[in-house]
Amino acid sequence: MSYVANTASEQKAMLETIGAASVEALFSPIPESLRLRRDLAIPGPFAEQDLTRVMGRIASNNRSVDDLVCFLGGGAYDHFIPAAVDTLSMRSEFYTAYTPYQAEASQGSLQAFYEFQTLICQLTGMDVANASLYDGASAAAEAVLMAMSVTGRQGKIVVAETLHPHARQAISTVLANLGPRIETVPCPGGFLNPTEANLALDDTTACLVVQNPNVLGGLEEMAELAQKAHAKGVLLVASVDPISLGILKKPGDYGADIVIAEGQGLGNPLAYGGPYLGLMACREEFVRKIPGRLIGQTVDRNGKKCFVLTLQTREQHIRREKATSNICTNQGLYALRAAIHLALLGPQGLKETAISCTQKAHYLANKLLASGLVQLEPDRAFFKEFTVKLEASVACKWTPREIVDRMLKEGYLAGYPTGNWLVGKGDCLTIAVTEKRTKGEMDQFVEAFARVANH
Amino acid sequence: MDKNQSTGLLFEISRPGRRAHRVGAPDVPEIPLETLFPGEVLAETPPALPELAELDVVRHFTNLSSKNMAIDCNFYPLGSCTMKYNPKRHERIVALPGFGAIHPLAPDSVSQGILELVYGMQKILAEIAGLPAVSIQPAAGAQGELTALLVAAAYFRHKKDYRTRVLIPDSAHGTNPASAALAGFEAVTVKSRADGLVDFEDLKSKVDNRTAVFMITNPNTLGLFDGQIAEITKLIHDAGGLVYLDGANMNAILGITRPGDFGADMMHYNVHKTFTGPHGAGGPGSGPIAVRDFLEPFLPSPVVVKTNNGYALDFDRSLSIGRVHGFQGNIGVLVRGYAYILTLGPKGLREVSEQAVLNANYLLALLKDAIEVPKGDRCMHEFVASARLLRREKRISAMDICKGLLDHGYHPPTVYFPLVVPEALMMEPTETESKETLEEYAKVFKAILAESAETLHHAPHTLGISRPDEVAAAKTPVLRWKN
Ligand SMILES: Cc1ncc(COP(=O)(O)O)c(C=O)c1O
Repeated sequence: MSYVANTASEQKAMLETIGAASVEALFSPIPESLRLRRDLAIPGPFAEQDLTRVMGRIASNNRSVDDLVCFLGGGAYDHFIPAAVDTLSMRSEFYTAYTPYQAEASQGSLQAFYEFQTLICQLTGMDVANASLYDGASAAAEAVLMAMSVTGRQGKIVVAETLHPHARQAISTVLANLGPRIETVPCPGGFLNPTEANLALDDTTACLVVQNPNVLGGLEEMAELAQKAHAKGVLLVASVDPISLGILKKPGDYGADIVIAEGQGLGNPLAYGGPYLGLMACREEFVRKIPGRLIGQTVDRNGKKCFVLTLQTREQHIRREKATSNICTNQGLYALRAAIHLALLGPQGLKETAISCTQKAHYLANKLLASGLVQLEPDRAFFKEFTVKLEASVACKWTPREIVDRMLKEGYLAGYPTGNWLVGKGDCLTIAVTEKRTKGEMDQFVEAFARVANH
Repeated sequence: MDKNQSTGLLFEISRPGRRAHRVGAPDVPEIPLETLFPGEVLAETPPALPELAELDVVRHFTNLSSKNMAIDCNFYPLGSCTMKYNPKRHERIVALPGFGAIHPLAPDSVSQGILELVYGMQKILAEIAGLPAVSIQPAAGAQGELTALLVAAAYFRHKKDYRTRVLIPDSAHGTNPASAALAGFEAVTVKSRADGLVDFEDLKSKVDNRTAVFMITNPNTLGLFDGQIAEITKLIHDAGGLVYLDGANMNAILGITRPGDFGADMMHYNVHKTFTGPHGAGGPGSGPIAVRDFLEPFLPSPVVVKTNNGYALDFDRSLSIGRVHGFQGNIGVLVRGYAYILTLGPKGLREVSEQAVLNANYLLALLKDAIEVPKGDRCMHEFVASARLLRREKRISAMDICKGLLDHGYHPPTVYFPLVVPEALMMEPTETESKETLEEYAKVFKAILAESAETLHHAPHTLGISRPDEVAAAKTPVLRWKN
């Protein structure tokens, strides 16, 4: 089974037209000594019904968030996805098209991506957004490269310890063979102290990268950090949770220069980490330095409004080694999903989602605090995710990892053991609450948590 | 009936107060936001997103979709992109909660299915490559290139053998030099010979102890298998360098020859091409890399391993280059790729390449008397025609031909790539197209060549729009709607 249409007799006729004796003869440019003269040692073939069974068995060996009540976040969130997002994005005309190089044959996708760019600008308060990057972590690495190019500063880049460690790792992986040093400012208080940040910034620093809400869930002092950065000619790269912007100030309003985000929460399934959606937006003046595809509005020869890929001289297929980035294939379908999602939510839907997350997260946090088993760590304003430290009476019996494992048996994804990510947080658990969680689930979660912790 | 429904921008059809998705009030006691947050961080109003009813949104995007060409509607012989059929069964499978609704940070004990699949995919990709170690983290081909070059850099640094250059044929895709630069190397161009293969003498003159990697696409972007590959890889290896295979063209050689067997040390796959993850109008992709055993320690972290207690993510990798992706990569695309490979099995996979090559040669045979195909009358899975003569003699450019094809319901070939062929038209029919589709296309193609330059200069005539003014778009960019 290979989805090949042509029958044996058709293939024979085709060979005759070509003037080849056999299909084998078409491979004659490959020297015999290099040929594989055995079957590949791989499984298959499977008929559709058998495949469906095999894949169904594999899927059933995973426990999904339909099965476990999810309080796990850490950059991937169990938000609700309206049915229309699936239905519309799964139209063949969208999902089986290629990158819209031929504008006349791709106005559907081009307009949708133009709308996506606009929606991301509206969301972030920035001037320009690209048509997507791979994911939040690679967007962080791209933002740093872009900041180096915009500022011409190659000395160092400064990141908060409270930036998601995966983003920090992606940055250091990509910078490994380029000039700049990465200075990570320790955040013992659970947030980036602007005074500490200021000490790290100098006139060789390209950017300061901060996440808000940060990896522990707490809010950073973005306005003050922006001020400190700008005073030294440093760009502020803000990594944000798009859902939080239903209630929190837009990064454009507190002075961010480049905004990046993991856009998974905008209508994209958890799917074990990907495909997700890298968002990037920036100030107008950096537009020629932004990585990735950009869709622009123009007119056709009859003056009719239409859309095209534009500013392509930034890109690898034109500029090759001098391109702003090497990205080619992006996350188009997931950008489309985000656009549909935001169009369905509208301002009120986004605000309601954000409020629902906030209220539920605070309900759960307060309830856990009231149980006397944990403390907030740090005790700062948070949005939908927060970190708790196990009280000594619990920590002497269980590690957060053990609590998570035992909570699985109770039917919960209880959170993420913070110590995997940050030093000094070995007794901590980071817990996320989305609008999908109910009061009943949270009440039972706290009961189960108490059972597990006191056992 | 007018199928060209109006599709004003979302922002233009927005009406104050309209709603689609509602979340409703939370079922917990509410605390005033002002007591939860310092006042200065709260927005006064939510972002000014458009306000629409659900039907507005549904009709808008449904009508927009009708303005696209796509594999499910049109023959799409876009060279280098491998626009094969995307099986529907894959979409039903990835939508299972056990794939779609699983959390990347969930403990391995509740992710055994997906870890088993990834482990299996690592093994399969290693076998097809003839290279033993695989990382599935890269999200697309270009990220695979970058990842492998970072692996190479880490390997040389570890050996204290500092090498600064990456050699790349002039026929290579733009991502190759862009990735080399991003990985901190100097990209050095190697010439192609008149027949389109690597100019071995030029390569030889550029290889020395500064050479870290030679990147080759084989079959190359002209659709030709470079039979010098064994000598090329020997040359590079003798100089202490590594050979990278750009695997964008794997659709030609599945089960027929293996990159590891012809001397490549590292490669990427484009799962969205070869193993038919749908292209999604630009993505997502998936660009796993396969490397030789001595490069394995440098692969991104984590990799999936098999232990006595089942499958696990292994983060304990002291020489690893680190992460290139936030989580484990574009898993959803890999699930589709895995389902595809399982469906086909070893014989089916080889049949893919055989039929892809047969289809390409058939199309080439049908067209070669009508348009110049400068690099020979045989090819692998794709070939590159040139409108150079047509342009000179009839003022018909490659782009004019593309626009003419649009009027007949065909998605055009890739144009103006590779750069080594003037007025290039790169055609890759893939194995899933039927004989009569290729014949019909060839007939239309020839008819277009017979059209007047005047007519073609104005094509397309039948789509919703005529040719966009790209110069104006770039000169004064309008990248978002504003009111
Ligand atoms: C020959 C070649 N190399 C590399 C790439 C880059 O792959 P991707 O778009 O998946 O990043 C492409 C894709 O267009 C290609 O055709």
